[in-house]
Amino acid sequence: MIETFDLAFQHPGGPSLRFPDVSVPQGGTLLLQGPSGSGKSTWLALAAGLLRPSQGEIIVAGQPLHPLGARALDAWRAGAIGLLPQKLYLSEALTVAGNLELAYFAAGLPVDDAAVARTLEALGVADLAHRKPAQLSGGQAQRVALARAVLREPQVILADEPTASLDDAACEAALALLGASASGCGATLVIATHDRRVSEALPQARRLLFSNQMAVIPSPIGHEAL
Amino acid sequence: MNIISLSWRYLWSRPLAGALNLLLMTLGLTSITFVLLASHQLERAFERDLAGIDVVVGAKGSPLQLILAGVFHIDVPPGNIPLAEVKALAEHPQVAQLIPLSLGDSFRGFRVVGTTADYVAHYQAKLARGALWAVPMQAVLGAQVAATTGLNIGDRFTGAHGLDGGGDSHEQTPYTVAGVLAPCACVLDRLILTATESVWKVHEDMHGTDTPLDAEDQAALEAERQVTIALIRYKTPLAAVTFPRYVNSGTGMQAAAPAVEITRLLGMVGVGTRVLQGFGVVLLLTAALGVFIALWSAVRERRADLAMLRMLGAPPAKVGALLLCEALWLALLASALGLLGAHGLTAVAGWLLQGEKSLAVDAWQWVPIEAWVPVGAVAVAGLAAALPAWAAYRVDVARLLNVR
Repeated sequence: MIETFDLAFQHPGGPSLRFPDVSVPQGGTLLLQGPSGSGKSTWLALAAGLLRPSQGEIIVAGQPLHPLGARALDAWRAGAIGLLPQKLYLSEALTVAGNLELAYFAAGLPVDDAAVARTLEALGVADLAHRKPAQLSGGQAQRVALARAVLREPQVILADEPTASLDDAACEAALALLGASASGCGATLVIATHDRRVSEALPQARRLLFSNQMAVIPSPIGHEAL
Repeated sequence: MNIISLSWRYLWSRPLAGALNLLLMTLGLTSITFVLLASHQLERAFERDLAGIDVVVGAKGSPLQLILAGVFHIDVPPGNIPLAEVKALAEHPQVAQLIPLSLGDSFRGFRVVGTTADYVAHYQAKLARGALWAVPMQAVLGAQVAATTGLNIGDRFTGAHGLDGGGDSHEQTPYTVAGVLAPCACVLDRLILTATESVWKVHEDMHGTDTPLDAEDQAALEAERQVTIALIRYKTPLAAVTFPRYVNSGTGMQAAAPAVEITRLLGMVGVGTRVLQGFGVVLLLTAALGVFIALWSAVRERRADLAMLRMLGAPPAKVGALLLCEALWLALLASALGLLGAHGLTAVAGWLLQGEKSLAVDAWQWVPIEAWVPVGAVAVAGLAAALPAWAAYRVDVARLLNVR
């Protein structure tokens, strides 16, 4: 579940962004739509607790973020959020399996080898476990990054432009994979995208429309859908 | 996966840069440790050979030369002194023990020293085989002499006139090996010991007296007899105040206190040691700079990796600690290699010194001060890593999410 009230973010020395209130039930899907640079990534960073709002409140996975201190926020993010950034950030120093193990290292938990193997298997990349990220194709790398995001069964999956630079078939496959991964762990799925194909493929999703004028236009259908 | 294994993997994720930094730091630590070891070994060698010798008496000349020639056998003696005067000194009330040494000949670069059994007893040397000399012209070999020359009990050899070989050989008066000493890690290892009378005999025979001497000639010869140096132990420490003055002004001889002269010598050598130490510090600082630059560029290159760790929920302290840990790995590896390298270098130096029949060096002896090497390395690496680690701590995650 994600809810925001009167949410705003002031970029240091930059423009202020105001976001319309939104509410997505646990397991639902939210699309952040708009051209690049319109504030979608800022919204994702706020939802992941990587940025603090200058105003308003955001509740993610049932947890109001504003009372959490920095450490508590990190710990909460490690357990509740699966992040799939546009740039995948797979570490070249480690193998595919090692990159997944990083999720446990970051959370300060012992590595669950069985979960790593299971998740790689579920995303069809089990045979790549011992390769370095540089040896992967773009599609494979995205699957690995998604595996890392869903490894610890988060309550919310935040994906930033997951279909950019994918052809139609790959786009469809990526969205299917995201949807399956999210429903697999009952997670709320948030996708920031400027890709019309995503919007078309997920007609029932709630939407937040962003514009380049730094002002956010609440989408009329966003509140009607579902 | 923990911070130790992860930082290890990050260290070697760019093998060339990692190896280069390791090499730089190792070189710095090696040179510093080598200087520490060398000066320690030097002092230890001096102390060991000097133990129990309060004053050295010999011909007038440079006191330092007297000590170097008489105690360490690495310089030529200033001259000889009359046996009669030495005998008188032995009777002096402040003298507890007097060991006479007669120098002059050598065998393949090893000095032949005419002395008494007291000299062997003084260094607590043990015989490996054979026995001490019982009559003149029997010799006992130091461990290194025996090993180098291959001489064994019963073998005969002739000494050459002069201390560095190449002089006339005393063909008519060969020595017979009576015994070989066990290694004592002291000056005896590279000496050939014999009775004082042997040295007299060799040189008196050299002056070609084929006809037997009559009693008068014999007495004249004995009156002319000399030794080179007398090693003296005092009865009381108070003698140090008066005895050298008595020798220097009351006799034609010179008394030199080893402690004073060696302090003077180490003071002179100390300049060189300090230069070497300074050189090591410069190398170490270069290495620290290398570590700093390496970690700094690692932070820049790995900004994404570090940010990703933050995205996965790692607290900033953990991300900073990861980089610090990488520097610590480097420091510990470099310390281990540096200590090993320094001892290896000392072994090489010891081998070279042994070739020159100079001071004995025990390269694999560990010195307490070496414990400071890893401590220093960790401190330097930690300092070098502090700024990069801080940068990693502060890495801006939201920025990497394409937030503008």
